[in-house]
Amino acid sequence: MTTASAPAAPPAPASAGADAPRSDTSTTTPPSTRGAVGPRVRRRPGLAWLGLLPFSVHVVLFLAVPALIAVGSGFFDAAGRPTLANLAAFTDPSILRAFGASAALSAVSAVIGAVVGAVVCWALSALRPDGLVRSMIDSAASVLAQFGGVMLAFAFIATIGAQGLVTAWLITTFHWDVNANGAFLYTVPGLVIPYLYFQVPLMVLTFMPAFEGVKTQWGEAAATLGASRATYWRRIALPVLAPAFWGSLLLLFANGFSSFATAAALISQGGIVPLTIRQQLTSETIIGLQNVAGVLALGMVVVMAVVMGAYALLQRRAARWQR
Amino acid sequence: MQYKRTMAGLALAAAAVVTLAGCSATSSASTGGAGGTSDTDWKTATSAESAGGMDALVKAAKAEGKLNVIALPPTWANYGKIIDGFQKQYGITVSSANPNGSSADEVAAVKSQQGQDTAPDVLDLGNAVLQQNLGLLTDYEVANWDDIPTTLKDEKGAWTRDYTGLMSIGYDSSKVKKAPKDLNDLLDPQYKGKVSIAGDPTQANQAASAVYLAALENGGSADDVTKGVDYFGKLKAAGNWQNVLPTQATVASGETPVVVQWSYNNLAWGPAAGASGNKNWKTIVPKGDALGSYYAQAVNKDAPHPAAARLWQEYIASPKAQNLYLQAGAFPATLAAMEKSGKVDQDALDAAGGAPKDYVELSDDQVTAAAKVLAAKWSATMGS
Repeated sequence: MTTASAPAAPPAPASAGADAPRSDTSTTTPPSTRGAVGPRVRRRPGLAWLGLLPFSVHVVLFLAVPALIAVGSGFFDAAGRPTLANLAAFTDPSILRAFGASAALSAVSAVIGAVVGAVVCWALSALRPDGLVRSMIDSAASVLAQFGGVMLAFAFIATIGAQGLVTAWLITTFHWDVNANGAFLYTVPGLVIPYLYFQVPLMVLTFMPAFEGVKTQWGEAAATLGASRATYWRRIALPVLAPAFWGSLLLLFANGFSSFATAAALISQGGIVPLTIRQQLTSETIIGLQNVAGVLALGMVVVMAVVMGAYALLQRRAARWQR
Repeated sequence: MQYKRTMAGLALAAAAVVTLAGCSATSSASTGGAGGTSDTDWKTATSAESAGGMDALVKAAKAEGKLNVIALPPTWANYGKIIDGFQKQYGITVSSANPNGSSADEVAAVKSQQGQDTAPDVLDLGNAVLQQNLGLLTDYEVANWDDIPTTLKDEKGAWTRDYTGLMSIGYDSSKVKKAPKDLNDLLDPQYKGKVSIAGDPTQANQAASAVYLAALENGGSADDVTKGVDYFGKLKAAGNWQNVLPTQATVASGETPVVVQWSYNNLAWGPAAGASGNKNWKTIVPKGDALGSYYAQAVNKDAPHPAAARLWQEYIASPKAQNLYLQAGAFPATLAAMEKSGKVDQDALDAAGGAPKDYVELSDDQVTAAAKVLAAKWSATMGS
């Protein structure tokens, strides 16, 4: 965002049409004229909605409808009759364990990712916003935050899997076998390592704007008033950053909770909820659980809704300082 | 400004309409070519003879020109060569969908793609899924129907068994010093972190069969596989269990040095695979109780290429394809008849260790009972 608008700004004052943008802003902002142009302002969203239509259709067709069908299937039995019996899945210890494992995995990877990511943001905030290092880390973070699935799994198999480069190197140089007690990467706790690979960049992406919102002037003002560096952080910077931090933490949790492909490529036996859903949908040994998968999907939707709702609330608070 | 925004919105809308229209355009343009030259309706034919003979079937199948198969990995029971052989012999293009899918995926594809050109024509199903979905299949009797033992086919031909393997232990002889003789040998410390099975038993028939074999070896029975789950619990407690899905690639790279799976897959991933296989890969079928499980071949009743689907059944039951199964170490359904008529590939049979004399196959009821045990105990025992 910032890098895109920066190059566009300089030509404007140099060109002849310098007052065009000024007149553009003056028609919309002055509060005194708002009453006069009221009807016209009100018509504008009507046309703007038209532009939103394709996106809305896309969301309805490819997100809302499939989600409803998936969750809805949980309330029918195999013969198509409505039933609530599938909800009994939530008393099954193995399913509860899967939810527990999913929550623990997401929480651990989110907390570590958020702390490490926040430290990276802090380090970055000391650099020039348009400097080479900043823009390189910015773009790397945008790419790596999306780097999940089979490619990521393979990258980690090739480095710290049973035959991985790093594994082999550690054994030959330090006689230390990371996988002495079974290959760690292929367990649920082991998933934390690949998950961090996309959690940290996501934290940098979502938390950096909050850090940019912390004005250096605040620090200077505090210093003039006699505050120490520690007091400034404790009384000003941290309280301002807190909502954004907790919000980003929740986003990371949701991100970890909904991840499927990385885990599917690494773990052969289920263990987290998305893998349990896959097992129920594709099993050729335990038949007739397809509809139970819908109930598990509902469980995931509930968890995600709570988390994302809390995220939205925190984000609203955090946005106060980012204007 | 406002005008520009409206135009942009309209352009977006137009783009979306074009994209969405593209999705639906392919589905309806298929039905024409099917029956083609003859008036025979192959969709309802229950044998080649009853509908105009083998030559007519071949002609109609060639006119269709295409066959959709699903969940047939090229390295599984020699399906790579079997598919190639069909394409060469009849000049029919085989499109192979989701090669690593499960039997349940096959059924899901039949249901979700019903009426479309891309729906699977023929299925290769594990028994549990087969019994639940008989309504999706149609009856067809191949020309050499009598070669298939009565225990290995539906009396009307809704399905015929095609091949079975025996549960076996494959191991990399360069990584494992002492060859294992049975599953209990794998509890030895030398197998630390080395033993894996082909998938999740609550999901894949092949992995569940490893559990059944463990039950047979440890005082359990086909009626109660609890002891098999206990065995894998012990394997995990000993630190020998490896929670990774073995593939030909992990076997070749040495990532999975010991794999319990069907003999035909262990054989296919060893020296038989040439450059892509593992030269040191050895396969043994544990002495004592052997365990097998036939897969079943069937035609989708709504097959988009009904003649080609029936021709595939004929081809699969023919000595040529049956010997291809055998060359991969899978025992075909017509093995006894082929031995009698001398059509069997004797070298392949000898390499596979001769026809299996005595082995256990779980009945439908036993599979259902085993599924209950797996559902209740497997993830509690093995959960990571």
